[in-house]
Amino acid sequence: MSSIIEKSLTEIHSLLIAGEVTAVDAVKACLQQIEKTEPQIKALLAQNGEEALKLAAEMDKQGPDASKPLWGVPVVIKDVLATKGITTTCGSKILENFVPFYDATSIAKLKEAGAIVIAKANMDEFAMGSTTENSAYQTTRNPCDLNRVPGGSSGGSGATVTAGQCFAALGTDTGGSIRLPASFCGCVGVKPTYGRVSRYGMIAYGSSLDQIGPMTRTVEDSARVLSVISGHDPKDSTSVNCEVPDYVGALNKRTDLSGLTIGLPEEYWGEGISEEVSEVCQNAIKKAEELGAKTVPVKLAMTEYAIATYYIIAMAEASSNLSRFDGIRYGHRTKNADELIDLYTKSRTEAFGDEVQRRIIIGTYVLSAGYYDAYYCKAAQIRRLMRNDFEKAFESCNLIAGPACPTTAFPVGDLTADPLQMYLMDIFTTSLNLVGMPGMSLPVGIGKDTNMPVGLQLMGPAFGETTMLQVANVLEKNLPDFSKPKMI
Amino acid sequence: MKLSTEEVARVARLARLDLSEEKTEIFAGQLHNILSYMDKLNEIDTSNVEPMFSPVEHTTVLRKDVVVKEHTRDEILSNAPDTDGQYFVVPRIV
Repeated sequence: MSSIIEKSLTEIHSLLIAGEVTAVDAVKACLQQIEKTEPQIKALLAQNGEEALKLAAEMDKQGPDASKPLWGVPVVIKDVLATKGITTTCGSKILENFVPFYDATSIAKLKEAGAIVIAKANMDEFAMGSTTENSAYQTTRNPCDLNRVPGGSSGGSGATVTAGQCFAALGTDTGGSIRLPASFCGCVGVKPTYGRVSRYGMIAYGSSLDQIGPMTRTVEDSARVLSVISGHDPKDSTSVNCEVPDYVGALNKRTDLSGLTIGLPEEYWGEGISEEVSEVCQNAIKKAEELGAKTVPVKLAMTEYAIATYYIIAMAEASSNLSRFDGIRYGHRTKNADELIDLYTKSRTEAFGDEVQRRIIIGTYVLSAGYYDAYYCKAAQIRRLMRNDFEKAFESCNLIAGPACPTTAFPVGDLTADPLQMYLMDIFTTSLNLVGMPGMSLPVGIGKDTNMPVGLQLMGPAFGETTMLQVANVLEKNLPDFSKPKMI
Repeated sequence: MKLSTEEVARVARLARLDLSEEKTEIFAGQLHNILSYMDKLNEIDTSNVEPMFSPVEHTTVLRKDVVVKEHTRDEILSNAPDTDGQYFVVPRIV
């Protein structure tokens, strides 16, 4: 069985379609790996093993369907996405008993492509955090070193993929929540262009920033999942109606990086990066140059304002989005209220965790009369300057590269007491959400001081996923293989 | 800008949160640090910059106003903490 989980998604799919592995075998192998690894890494919330096995058996009975790009493939879903019939908590006590009666569009598309949902992944409450320590249920551990965090907020998704519990997971990225855990756990994580993937059925945090994306062990696997979940959805008015390229097919069209220019922003390569991260990322860039890429310096002058801009906008949107949790239609309701306002207040106070309360209060504050112009509107203006910066930079290069995070995964508990320090971990990822452009973290090496994975971040212009994935694929094929599960 | 505990308590009330005195105190300190950090945005002159509220700036999407019954009453009530089988139940309002 263990050989099954060592395969990539693409490999296992070929075996499934050829009938050499049954869907039941694939699901069983993942469930066994979950049983073995879950007590230590705690990556999962609701598990769907029994239902998954039943579905797999039915699928096997009908036989493989080669037209379905994920036929028989077990996947895990971040608990922020509504999944029909499976508890969806968003990592919060306020949704402890919430069982959606509909699927998020991305889940419906995965199912239509033949994927089997085996579990929901742990996450920071309402996707607020950079370590998965803000989950109301459990702290997920990094499969590469159990004393360290897996990154956040899609830390459960990163850990489950790296530990071989599934072949792909969906995460969401509001300020780096796919790219950071991908970097910390050593897997591939893609944040698509804003509007590329429908957000319908995703429990919103920062609506103008949130994007759903794949986390996998190889680039090709991510391309495959991205092809499935992308596309216009009339149920999401911010979803963009433009053609979805053949991401998987495009990968074979490039075997080296000749003719490509990679921009290196000085703001991403200077002070503040740990020595080991800098070294590993620089080696990856050298490799890209050997493979034919030209590198040029680019300027992203607004980078130092990214965190402040991001948190103002994210918290403002969060305070508004989270007002729907009032204890009436779903979610936790207090037992100690006899009038309506009291019911709202007590239900929310009892069930929201500290970080969520902190962000709601800041969000309410920056949107309140007298402060709106000074904070929210100001941040929205700087957001435009930031996009201008990126657009200018892309005039001289095809892609931009830098580290995904200034450090490798740090020990559990290191930053929990200081929220501002925690926010600063997102320095290299937040800009991209503000401007809406695509980015990904690719594992490119192991840091020599911590022995932990390092992720290189590749960023593309809006809807430039194809080139980004092609470059990542070429680099992956020419770097050491990181695709095997850890903690086997 | 120093954020007073009174101000934190006032904003919390607006957001329908009821913080203990101790938590209000801790939050006031943390929020002060966070907002002071955000004040660095004032270093940039944005007087003629059009704010950008979303990366997708297309015009409002319109569709025909057609009634569609997507979900049943039972489904919609299925996650409610308290119902009478037909409606959400809330505490007395008047």
